[in-house]
Parts: sequence; structure tokens; C-alpha cells
Amino acid sequence: MKKTYKIDVDCANCANKMEEATKKTPGVKDAAVNFMALKMKVEFEDGADVDSVMQKVIENCKIVEDDCQIFL
Amino acid sequence: MMKSMTKKQKNLLFRIIAAVVLMAVLTLLPLKEYPILRFVLFLIPYFTVGHDILRKALKGIRNKQVFDENFLMAAATVGAMALGEYTEGVAVMLFYQIGELFQSYAVGKSRKNISELMDIRPDYANLETEDGVEEADPDDVEVGSIIFIKPGERVPIDGVIVEGTSTLDTAALTGESLPRDVAAGQEILSGSINLSGLLRVQTTKEFEESTASRILDLVENAGTRKAKSEQFISKFARWYTPAVCYSALALAILGPLFNMLFFHVPGSWALWSDWIYRALTFLVISCPCAIVVSIPLTFFGGIGGAGSKGILIKGSNFMETLANVRTVVFDKTGTLTKGNFVVTRICPAKPVNSSADEAADRLLEYAALAESYSSHPISRSLKEAWHKRLEESGQTIADTAARVGDTEEISGKGVITEVDGSRIGAGNLQLMQDLGAIITEENDHSDVEIGTIVHVCKGSEYLGHIVIADEIKPNAAEAIGDLGRSGVTRTVMLTGDAEAIASRVAEKLGIDEYHAGLLPADKVARLEKLLDEMGGNGNTGSSAKDDISAKNSSSGKTGKKGSLAFVGDGINDAPVLSRADIGIAMGALGSDAAIEAADVVLMDDDPMKISRAIRLARKCIRIVNENIWFAIGVKLACLLLGALGIANMWLAIFADVGVMVLCVLNAIRALV
Repeated sequence: MKKTYKIDVDCANCANKMEEATKKTPGVKDAAVNFMALKMKVEFEDGADVDSVMQKVIENCKIVEDDCQIFL
Repeated sequence: MMKSMTKKQKNLLFRIIAAVVLMAVLTLLPLKEYPILRFVLFLIPYFTVGHDILRKALKGIRNKQVFDENFLMAAATVGAMALGEYTEGVAVMLFYQIGELFQSYAVGKSRKNISELMDIRPDYANLETEDGVEEADPDDVEVGSIIFIKPGERVPIDGVIVEGTSTLDTAALTGESLPRDVAAGQEILSGSINLSGLLRVQTTKEFEESTASRILDLVENAGTRKAKSEQFISKFARWYTPAVCYSALALAILGPLFNMLFFHVPGSWALWSDWIYRALTFLVISCPCAIVVSIPLTFFGGIGGAGSKGILIKGSNFMETLANVRTVVFDKTGTLTKGNFVVTRICPAKPVNSSADEAADRLLEYAALAESYSSHPISRSLKEAWHKRLEESGQTIADTAARVGDTEEISGKGVITEVDGSRIGAGNLQLMQDLGAIITEENDHSDVEIGTIVHVCKGSEYLGHIVIADEIKPNAAEAIGDLGRSGVTRTVMLTGDAEAIASRVAEKLGIDEYHAGLLPADKVARLEKLLDEMGGNGNTGSSAKDDISAKNSSSGKTGKKGSLAFVGDGINDAPVLSRADIGIAMGALGSDAAIEAADVVLMDDDPMKISRAIRLARKCIRIVNENIWFAIGVKLACLLLGALGIANMWLAIFADVGVMVLCVLNAIRALV
């Protein structure tokens, strides 16, 4: 299942770090961040619980880039 | 300019100005006598302009994310302050923040520009309800509702005109503002502007599924599919920063040691501080922000700019592939030709007991009836020609349904239908052979006629043939010529049509190579062969194009001379579109299948757009490469100068911010 989220992030490098952090989160099959459009596309593993995975994703992203936001 | 800044940006701007003023004041004050006071006073502008950077650096260390820009700047400036270089410490922080502000402003402005350019969706619709016409949210308008579009308004939802005539400006969809006349019964697409008359429209799609929304979606999401250069930059940045930090450390420690051991330079505070200073300069130069921000910005501008011209590029990676196109393969019908087959000659077989005219009429009639159930463009033209004939002679169309019985359409050959009890075959020579109709030499004009020939037989009696010609698009020849100027070295045409027609069309348009008589499966095979010829046919297929992070970017074929583009009208070209390196669908206004299968969608059917798209892509990639080479080149040069002690922190930070400003300004060129 794929979902697209609106995000807020200040710099292109931070966006890349967010993408890396999201990809490494368990339950996430693949992720792509579009810095210019401020969107993030997440593909979830089969059977993953979207809400809890996204909570973990936000946590992981905050670690690498404190200023970022993901609007669920 | 102030109005378009966000709160964060305005705050930063004030802090920068405050710090500059404070700095100016402090440098003018006679503080040399009071070192401690001087130190403390200089801390004020330092913290004013840099407190958030320091805070983020600390957070980063705490979260074990040490190597980022904030850490670099913090380390460099703290080091400078510790060494007593107060003005430099504050200046470095100051210029860094100016760079950040500029970058943030440029990105924001770029986003705003694109969204204004692509502002093709109105946020209301005039919905007809029982109580009259009321303004509604387009999202709430159901399929099949009636909406009104007043002159001057933008069309909110795709639909069919129920009442009214007007002219439309389809610039938002095609990039050209040639007005299009429309009347009742015709399709109208969202994003166009209604120019002259009031239109009453019945919606055929929902708001989100309408053309304008889909275009916006495509352009917005294009940035998600990263180009190879973007992926390279991400990897580079991840490696670059720690590498430079460790080099700085090495410089600070090994530099003096080296000098002490091998050049017998006495160890002193001066020696150590000199090398530490060089190391700090290293840190300042090590910021990769210039390239990391300018590359996505360039692609964004390129894709957005293309979108406004009616060229939808579905991903940054396709921008790269498009820029490398050396071979363009065309589908003939609908791409190079109008696809509007028109009956040009009716040649009945030698009539036995009727006049030539009657035989011709009969031939046309049989052909048209045989094609009753087919939707092929050829059958449409036969039916149209027949209807016209009837109108001219004052006859009406008798109830044809009763006369037409079973029908069978055979792909690549024609159609066999039961008409008035007899078996009528209408199709190519192959079909005639299959049905046992013998074409005598005097009837066979196939080598002379240029056009699609539909032979007709009744039972096994040959009735004659009808020539249907497909008009070549007026600027097709010019378009092919233009391709040469856009770096394309080879043009190929694929068609299901006969050899004679293909040959003539190819000759007229100046196409290098053509293959005729191809069935849809043959086209794919032929494309494979062409890809092989180009060398290194890696098998990425269509699955790679669906990856949201585009790991296997479609231009990842090693040792290949450029990429291959296929241009078709999308209707039955899906497999070929996906197999080519770049699938370009033309005239895709409203065609869902084309938009899905293609990588680049040209919103109108002008073949000139193809070379325009290629040139646009090449410009974009050129800017990307310019930025990469410039930024990395200048940075490496400065690193060298810094290591040698020639460059000081001022130069370092100027180089850093200057490079970034230049790269960003260059990136904005992609939008124009």
C-alpha cells in the first residue's frame, strides 16, 4: 500500500536524511521524498499497521532532522 | 520581497541585520585594551545570528547525528572564537545564515512560481441545482451533474457540453493559446478557459480525476522520481561531510606534527593555532549545501516550466533520459499523420451489368456496411464517405441494421460481414486471398495507389477497391528536421500500414529508417532490436518505472550510445511506450491510457513539441551539470588553498555562500 504525506522540511539535505530514516523504519518497504513539492510517498510492507509505522517514522525523522514535520 | 517571506525567514533577516549593525559598531569601538570585554561583547552578535545553529548542532550530537552542516559551522566558529578571531567567527556565522536565508527564499519563490504557473484549477464550480445555480466546491460535484461555465471562467471539471457554443483557450493544457471552437456534444476539459459564450456542461469525471487535476498531480509527483544526478548528490553529500571533517582533524593534528618532525619547526602555540585555523577553514568549506539544494531546484524548475508548455515529464529521471535521446522511433498513424483517413478513390472492378457510377456506389455501400461494427479509423472514413454520397444523391440511410448480420474483425487483415445475406469481405490482399477472391491484374493498382487500400469482395467475387489516404501533419517534416538540431541522430518509423505508403511517408518526411506491415507484437520486437543495436540492452522493463524511489533508473544501461524514445498517440502503443527508454505520448488530451503508459505526455498533437521537449531537457541537464562541476570544482580548489594556508575563513565562507547563490540563480534559469 502506498500513501502520500505532506511534509515540511527546511533544506534539501534534510529531506534526503528524512528519506533515509524512513526507509530504514520497520514496516516501510520504500520511501521517496519530494523536497520541492514538500511531499513524501511511503510504500508499506504487506500487513503493516500504517498508523504505528508512521509514528515510528516521525520519531526516526525527528532524530535526524529536528525541524522536520510530517502531516498525517 | 518582504511580503513573500515566511515568519521564520523574516526573523532570520532581522537577526542578520542586527548582527551586522552590532559587528560594525563593535569593530569601531576601541576595545583592544579590554580583551575579556571584547570577547563578551562579540558574543552578542555571534549568538544573535547563530544561536539556532548552535542549538541544532548540540541536538545533533545528542542524537548521534554528528556530521551535519550545523555541526560544521558550530565547530568552525567556536574554534575561531577560541583562537581569538572574533570578527571572523561572527562573519562566518553571519554569511552562512545569509546563505541559508537566500536558499530558503529562492526555494519558496520557486515553489510559488510553479504553483502560479500551474494554477489551472478553479476552486469553485457553478452547479445547477433545483434551486438554481449555486457555487459549489468542485470536489462535491458528482459525475453527471450539470455545471455552468461563464465567459472568462476556467473549466473546473471534465465534461460534455450540453448547451451553448463558445471558444476555449487551452493554453494551460497544451501551452499554445490557439482558441478552439466548441459546441454542444463536444468534450470540454478542465483547465481550459471559456472565452466567449455561456456553456452548460454535464460532468463526466470527478474533480480529482479531471484533466487539470491529473496534470497537476503529474507535475507535483515528478520530483519524487529522482534523477541519477540527484541520487549521486545525495550519496556524495553523505560521504563528503564526514570525509572533510576527518581531513580537518588530520590537518589540525598531522600538520604541525609533520612540520615538527620533518622540517624541524619548533612546536609552539603559533604553529598549532595556524594549522587549527586551516582545519577550521576546511570545515567552513566542507558544507555541501550549494549542490544539494540547487540540483532538486533545477529539476523542479525544469519540470514545472515544461508543464506550463504542455509537456508533462513524469519524473526527474526521465528528464535525464530525454536529454540523452539519440534515436526517435515514431508510430505513423496519429503521430506523424493526422489519423483522419479520408476516402480518395473508389475503383470498382469491371462492372458487368451496371454503370461505373452505380458500381462505385455499390462498392462503397458494401464496404461501409461491412464495417458497420468496426471502430477502426478506416471504417469510420468509409462510413462517412458513404453517408456523404447518400446525402448528395438525396437518399436516406435505410435501416442498415437489418441488412447487416454477423461480423468478424480479423486483426491485420480486415473484416468479414454478412450483408443482405451475402458474405462481404473488406480488407487487405491477404483477406482477399483467404476468401478466395481473385484480383485480376487490371484491377490491381496496389503498386500505384498511395494510401491504404481496402479491397472488397462478395462471396469470392472481387468487387473492387477503395483508396483511403491518411494526411500527413502539416509540420511533421519540419519537426523531423528540427530533431536533428536537438541532437537526435536517427529517426525510425514503425507502422502497420503497407510498405508503399510507409516508404512514401518516410521519404517525404526525411525519416532515416522505416518498418511497415507491423502487427502490434511486431512493433515491440522491432523496438527490442533497435535497442539491441544501440548496444547494451539492459532489461529494466516497466517494473522499474513503478518503483517509487526509482532505484533502477531507466537510463541505467551501460555502454549504450544515448537513449531511445518512442512517440505514439498512446491508444494502442502501451507495450512499446513502456519498453522504450522514453515513451512519449502525443495528443493525449483526455486519453487516460496514454497518460498511464507514457513517461512524457505531450498535451497536444504537434510533432514540433517533441524536439522542444528534448531541447528543454537538455537545457535542464546542462544547468545541473554546470552546477555540479562548478560547485565541486570551486570547493576542491578552496580546500586546497585552505590546506596550504593561502585561503582564510573570509574567502572560505564567501566561496561557500557565493557558490551556493550562483548555483541557485543558475538553477532558476531552468524555469524560463
